[in-house]
Amino acid sequence: MRIEERITVRAHCEDVWDFITKPSNYLDFMDGVTRWEVQGELERGLGARYRMLMQVGSAQVGGLIEVVEWKPPSDMAWSSIIGIDQRGRWRVRDAGEGTTRLTFRFFYEVPGGIVSLIAERVAARSLRRRIRRSLINVRTELEGRRFAARVASTAELAG
Amino acid sequence: MAQSGAPTAAHILNGHGPNGGDPSATRRAEPEGVSARRLAEEVAGPVISRLARPLARIARPVVNGLEDRMTADLDARDPDFIREQLPAAWLASSLWFRGEVRSLEQIPQEGPLLLVGNHSGGNMTPDTIVFTLAFNTFFGVERPFYQLAHSLVLASPYGMYLRKFGTVAASHENARKALHAGAAVLVYPGGDHEVHRPITERNKIDFDGRKGFVRLALEAGVPIVPVVSIGGQETALFLSDGRRLAHALRLDRLFRLKVLPVSIALPWIINVGDFFGHLPLPAKITTQVLEPIDLRERFGPDPEADEVYEYVTKLMQDTLARLAAERRFPVLG
Repeated sequence: MRIEERITVRAHCEDVWDFITKPSNYLDFMDGVTRWEVQGELERGLGARYRMLMQVGSAQVGGLIEVVEWKPPSDMAWSSIIGIDQRGRWRVRDAGEGTTRLTFRFFYEVPGGIVSLIAERVAARSLRRRIRRSLINVRTELEGRRFAARVASTAELAG
Repeated sequence: MAQSGAPTAAHILNGHGPNGGDPSATRRAEPEGVSARRLAEEVAGPVISRLARPLARIARPVVNGLEDRMTADLDARDPDFIREQLPAAWLASSLWFRGEVRSLEQIPQEGPLLLVGNHSGGNMTPDTIVFTLAFNTFFGVERPFYQLAHSLVLASPYGMYLRKFGTVAASHENARKALHAGAAVLVYPGGDHEVHRPITERNKIDFDGRKGFVRLALEAGVPIVPVVSIGGQETALFLSDGRRLAHALRLDRLFRLKVLPVSIALPWIINVGDFFGHLPLPAKITTQVLEPIDLRERFGPDPEADEVYEYVTKLMQDTLARLAAERRFPVLG
């Protein structure tokens, strides 16, 4: 099952990239994520590993994931090592005029037969909703920061 | 095949735990002068026992033979199989029971431990489905996780399936073996006694005085993690566990059936024995995991089983009462 959602954020690519690749931010902006822990010494970058869990239906699902693609500030992808089979990808693209197009792609596979296909589809509704909310959270956070910076700068000029 | 009571095929975890037959266990008082009982004893009892005796004579050696073979083969647990079954459990838990398991993070990340739960829902054990799914998805199927069940459950047609899930025959030896292997072990001390309790007692923890789980935790030196669930006893209208009826019909002597539960359940309407299970009502199942209890740290170097039992059951009862207070409607939650 593949889910893709995008959003435009009024922030620079580098800021967006910095925000979405910082592990400690995931509990705040990723809707439904209950755990996002760095496993090992590498916090970010190719080969970084995280133990992540997300509430989907009545269970917290996830597992151990590893960053398998790292191209700052445009692409980061991960793949699962343990737990549910999943791949995820952030695409960060300059959309001009200080804005950024942020895309999140998520693939997952549920093992088993027909029941698994049903479970995949049922879970997709909840996951899509969570991913949409997460992107909105990214936008709210980054645009809020930008607004706060502007207010601070205006206040400084006025002062 | 024996059904309700101790040897209930569909009880995944109705196992009496490692303490079935605990001599310290107290039984429910049996009121005297019940006309139905007298009738059963005088008429039905001898007839049924006469009819059932030859069957019991044939079945017992088979059953005993199977029991002998039901030692814990920890290697029978199959993580890949469990992984493949999780989607079905997730659908049942999410859509039907709207399962909610709270504070799973209280369970230590690694090492052996004894999960002690209250048991509800007759032979369909919805609380087990919800909790087992939650545990396996939270910690991953790679973490060894075993459940104790009566050996006859494992001898049933479901047996092979359950063994792959990590269900082992309920005995001290098997439980110790699993704990020494570093596994998390789930036991329902109330077993058949608790799982068939009438709906009027749905918010009651009733382990029937079985303290084997305390001795097991002490011997193995592992923490107890209480797991309290609510909602399972609303999946049917449980009228009685039929203990007196089973006794009057001598089923306890013939088949070691201690209970003969009577309920109103789909699709049977009147369901006696719950022999073939039932379609559970979609009651919301909520499970609360409590903090681990290190027995020696809390009760000193040589804890009294009675004291620990009282403490654990009171803690669980208080939690169950809180969960019950949160519930606005039966079934809906």
